[in-house]
Amino acid sequence: MATVELRNIKKRFGKTEVIHGVSTEIDDGEFIVIVGPSGCGKSTLLRMVAGLESVSDGEIRIDGSRVNEREPMERDIAMVFQNYALYPHMTVRQNMGYGLKIAGTPKRQIAAKVDEAAALLQLSDYLDRRPKALSGGQRQRVAMGRAIVREPKVFLFDEPLSNLDAKLRVQMRLEIKELQERIGVTSLYVTHDQVEAMTMADRMIVMNAGRAEQIGKPLDVYERPATLFAAQFIGSPSMNVLDGRIEAGEMRLGSAALGPAPAGLPDGPVKLGLRPEHALPDPDSPLRLRVRLSEPLGANTLLHGQLDQAEAPFTACLAGVHRTNGSGEIIPLRVAPEAIHLFSPETGDRLN
Amino acid sequence: MEKRVTFKGWMLPLLLVAPQVVISAVFFFYPAGQAIWQSLFIPDPFGLSMEYVGLGNFEYLFGNRYYLASFVTTALFSTLVTLTSMIPALFLAVMADRLIKGAGTYRTLLIWPYAVAPAVAGVLWLFMFNTRVGVVAWYLGRLGYDWNHVLNETEAMGLVVVASSWGRISYNFLFFFAALQAVPKSVIEAAAIDGAHFWRRFFTIVLPLISPTTFFLLVVNVVYAFFETFGVIHTITSGGPQQATTILVYKVYADGFVGQDLGSSAAQSVVLLVVVGLLTVLQFRFVERRVHY
Ligand SMILES: Nc1ncnc2c1ncn2[C@@H]1O[C@H](COP(=O)(O)OP(=O)(O)OP(=O)(O)O)[C@@H](O)[C@H]1O
Ligand SMILES: [Mg+2]
Repeated sequence: MATVELRNIKKRFGKTEVIHGVSTEIDDGEFIVIVGPSGCGKSTLLRMVAGLESVSDGEIRIDGSRVNEREPMERDIAMVFQNYALYPHMTVRQNMGYGLKIAGTPKRQIAAKVDEAAALLQLSDYLDRRPKALSGGQRQRVAMGRAIVREPKVFLFDEPLSNLDAKLRVQMRLEIKELQERIGVTSLYVTHDQVEAMTMADRMIVMNAGRAEQIGKPLDVYERPATLFAAQFIGSPSMNVLDGRIEAGEMRLGSAALGPAPAGLPDGPVKLGLRPEHALPDPDSPLRLRVRLSEPLGANTLLHGQLDQAEAPFTACLAGVHRTNGSGEIIPLRVAPEAIHLFSPETGDRLN
Repeated sequence: MEKRVTFKGWMLPLLLVAPQVVISAVFFFYPAGQAIWQSLFIPDPFGLSMEYVGLGNFEYLFGNRYYLASFVTTALFSTLVTLTSMIPALFLAVMADRLIKGAGTYRTLLIWPYAVAPAVAGVLWLFMFNTRVGVVAWYLGRLGYDWNHVLNETEAMGLVVVASSWGRISYNFLFFFAALQAVPKSVIEAAAIDGAHFWRRFFTIVLPLISPTTFFLLVVNVVYAFFETFGVIHTITSGGPQQATTILVYKVYADGFVGQDLGSSAAQSVVLLVVVGLLTVLQFRFVERRVHY
């Protein structure tokens, strides 16, 4: 169990810089999820912590001591790979015990630890099988088991669930989270799935193009996204972003007035962020959604279309069943002024 | 999901295997049958008459000191050739696999020797080690070592082994390199995180994972050492000195074509056939068990 510190971490491959300085401090026992679109540098960041990639600039500290120059094996970490990376020629028992065997742990102790981990992961019946003879979910658990038995200071996960089907993914998501809470090991978990990030993270790092756009608790990020990118990446369906204005202390979208703007903002163009679930039907509202497509999901209904006042498409998520008269229906919607996010059109930074 | 090509009818499959069957029949089964037939006779040197002797040729062979010595020579020679051609190849492949830049050039350079025909390779090595004009022999002389593979049996064996293995290193290298590249990188990384240093990873992870290739090369190289090294031996030592480098194949040639003892030569071919068959079966039976596919 340990703290992890990233201090202005940069990574260059040749001349191209792919990570542009990420800093954060991770508490002992915290579950941190690194989330972002494909190619944003999540894996690279994780692999630098693991010691599988060199650090071009900055410093990584585990438990207070600098580890930049240490080999992976000297960092006391364990990693779960996307493709599990099990040793195909070894049985489950051997796979899980490999690290301990190398560390010179007595055989009896290895067996005890492997048995314990196997029981925890419901793998006891499969200990003598080779990975080839296991299902995806079981392989995933073996990979977890291999990480657990070594009792490392830090767990690293690189998209460990992306090879599983949707249902198993939800189940394993819970299992991993529960397990981590039970054994309380500091964890870094990489995913491109914002639902995984929201549900598992104590705190998350939202990454985009090699930068940490926002670091915070999932609900904080959801409620107060620091940038336009974080706003659109977190939350499903994603936030509607429209070109609006602030005029005489009021937020306006085209001709429609949306309510008073927060104090201190100068007049001028702004990006308005409206979450689909914050749109409510209101016959008196000037915002009118022209519905193009409706997706009834049962618990709620997604309406896709366009507002009279804006060019950009708009999605509303209404609670419960909402029967429409098909395409072309017009629904007046209201969004409470407090629920509107304002971003700078130039920098994408949050304004309110 | 396995995708199979399915053939309708039997004409096409038959047509596809026909070349192999025909070639095997003409160049293997027919000569093999001939050899077995001839091994039962002693023809006169001019081939005008044949005398039926039953298993006489075989009885004579196994009572013959030189023939039995040739067995030992062959065992020694093929073991040495297999080891000398596989171990350096594996080592070079491991090094090439570690390279990120320049692996292509390195690989190409290592493949070149394979393009040299065995007999030419033999001549090459012969020139280098020629007792009178060879460069290497000359330098060895300057260092105080009197190289003479024409008289020294150990040196002769060493030279034919090196000359036979040299070109094979390229061939083996290619296979080992491909096998190493096919080992998933993340498995190696997982082992590194688990605490295994380079050589530990090599012996506990990499070697087991490339064992199908190693096994394949073992079979191929033993067969090579048995049969295809004729050219090298013929050019460098002609089986000498005192038959120290006369492997079974060379003896077939020496007794049959040079000694004109066609019956014995045919019997030797039959023995060789059986030995190689047995070896291959043995290898598959025993070595394959330790191979993880
Ligand atoms: N060895 C390398 N050499 C050069 N560029 C690399 C190398 N590895 C990664 N990159 C680049 O670094 C960037 C980040 O890659 P990385 O694998 O960290 O992305 P990721 O966020 O994990 O994406 P994904 O979700 O697809 O796994 C990418 O633009 C990638 O092309
Ligand atoms: Mg990745």
